[in-house]
Amino acid sequence: MTLKTIVRGKVTGKVVKSNQPINFLGSVDKKTGAITDQKHDLFGKKIAGSILVFPNGIGSSVGAYTIYSLKSNNSAPAAMACQKVDLTVASGCALANIPLFILSPDEYASMKDGDDVSLG
Amino acid sequence: MELTEDEEKSLNGEHGEALQIAYRILSATGEATDAEKLVPIHWAHVSGVNYNTIGDAGEEFLATLSKSAKFKVRTTVNPMGYDKDSVEKFGLDENFIQKQESIKKSYKKMGVTPSFSCIPYEVYDMPQEGTQVAFAETNAAIYANSIGKLKTNKESAFSALASAITGKSPYSDLRKDDSPTMSIAMKVSEPNELTFGLLGYFAGKVADKSVAISGVKNLDKRCSKSLCASMGTSGTCGKFVLDDNSDVSEKVDFDEKEMQKVYDELNTAESGDLITLGSPQLGLEEMNDLASMLKGRAFKKRCLIFCPRAIQEQARHLGYAGQLESAGCELMSDCCTCLTPLVTKKDVDSVTTNSIKGAYYLKNSNGLDVNLKPLSEIVRDETS
Repeated sequence: MTLKTIVRGKVTGKVVKSNQPINFLGSVDKKTGAITDQKHDLFGKKIAGSILVFPNGIGSSVGAYTIYSLKSNNSAPAAMACQKVDLTVASGCALANIPLFILSPDEYASMKDGDDVSLG
Repeated sequence: MELTEDEEKSLNGEHGEALQIAYRILSATGEATDAEKLVPIHWAHVSGVNYNTIGDAGEEFLATLSKSAKFKVRTTVNPMGYDKDSVEKFGLDENFIQKQESIKKSYKKMGVTPSFSCIPYEVYDMPQEGTQVAFAETNAAIYANSIGKLKTNKESAFSALASAITGKSPYSDLRKDDSPTMSIAMKVSEPNELTFGLLGYFAGKVADKSVAISGVKNLDKRCSKSLCASMGTSGTCGKFVLDDNSDVSEKVDFDEKEMQKVYDELNTAESGDLITLGSPQLGLEEMNDLASMLKGRAFKKRCLIFCPRAIQEQARHLGYAGQLESAGCELMSDCCTCLTPLVTKKDVDSVTTNSIKGAYYLKNSNGLDVNLKPLSEIVRDETS
């Protein structure tokens, strides 16, 4: 199904999808998992427990700590799935043990916000 | 990614928990970037030092890790939350200070060089061209690749930490192939450091890993730092080359109209209640230059200047620090404008700065409005 598995795991959940990249440091509340960047298309949404589908991570290298903190605060997505994986998302998910997948272009396009999916 | 027998053992936990964690991180980043193997690196620069950004989970992780981890190569660190010399002026609570000191202690225990700076390239001599390093701080990674001609990926806090512990990094991305895939034509005339910051933010958004920029002859230190920092903020791009004859097929223009779009996204106030300079922290050359610009003038508002401690000490010997203080500047070391806990909504509504990176985080993390101006206009408008 998926193009590549970066962090292994089996998950089922609801898709929260963004078409914009995410800077985890600048735009995600590490306690609640809420998207705080008003200009982001996920603004106001919570990513906790979701299958977070987004193109890729951008920006600060410290975003990896945000991902780890989300897990420690029980506010992390159940899994993440991206078009391409940057080092911040890969390392954050590896340490936090959040399943992480790279999707094929078709698969990425077919996943819709609110879909129930199984990965891994 | 192929691991040697020894690396495999480390990944399986046979050489202790710290190395296992480090190899788990490097395996994930190696897989994500299609690396075939790990290569030695000679200098790591880690981010994730400021309690304001890494929080309790980060503090606890580092405290546990430092019980068994030791840095294998020279490792420098990013700024933390405050300058101990002036922290009492800012009303931070005891918990913040206690947690920040714990983070500092953990890094020291692992064998860090306590630089607390986001501009390691101005504090230390740069190694020979082509040397493999692992820089997390994004402006430093882009500067190292583009100006210093070193080799680093745009590392994350954890990937650089893993490289510090193992002395290795996946051989992939910019370490392997750093040729640009897009060219941006700089069409804005008479650019200053703010213009280059806006260009960098635009470039980060449109470019992939490496970008060529045409129409720029020279970049002074202030402009190149501004470009590196904003590029790192908005995207994944980790390198630029100034090249008027790049043969890549994808070409875009950066003109007045594009510049205005980025400016309107980040500039949210007509003026600021406070001025901050230094994101990235200021180097010696910039301190000297600013001291000259401020001759016979003084700021009408509070102005915070962030610089590395080693550079503040030099600036003090050379007289620049005294000149800046006479003009009303407050010099702060070991910390930075970016992600500072010292400038909050409790005290101010808006901040004036010439830093695009600073503006992005002051707005998104501190919730403040930002007034963006080049340094020359800040001096013209805010001093008398």
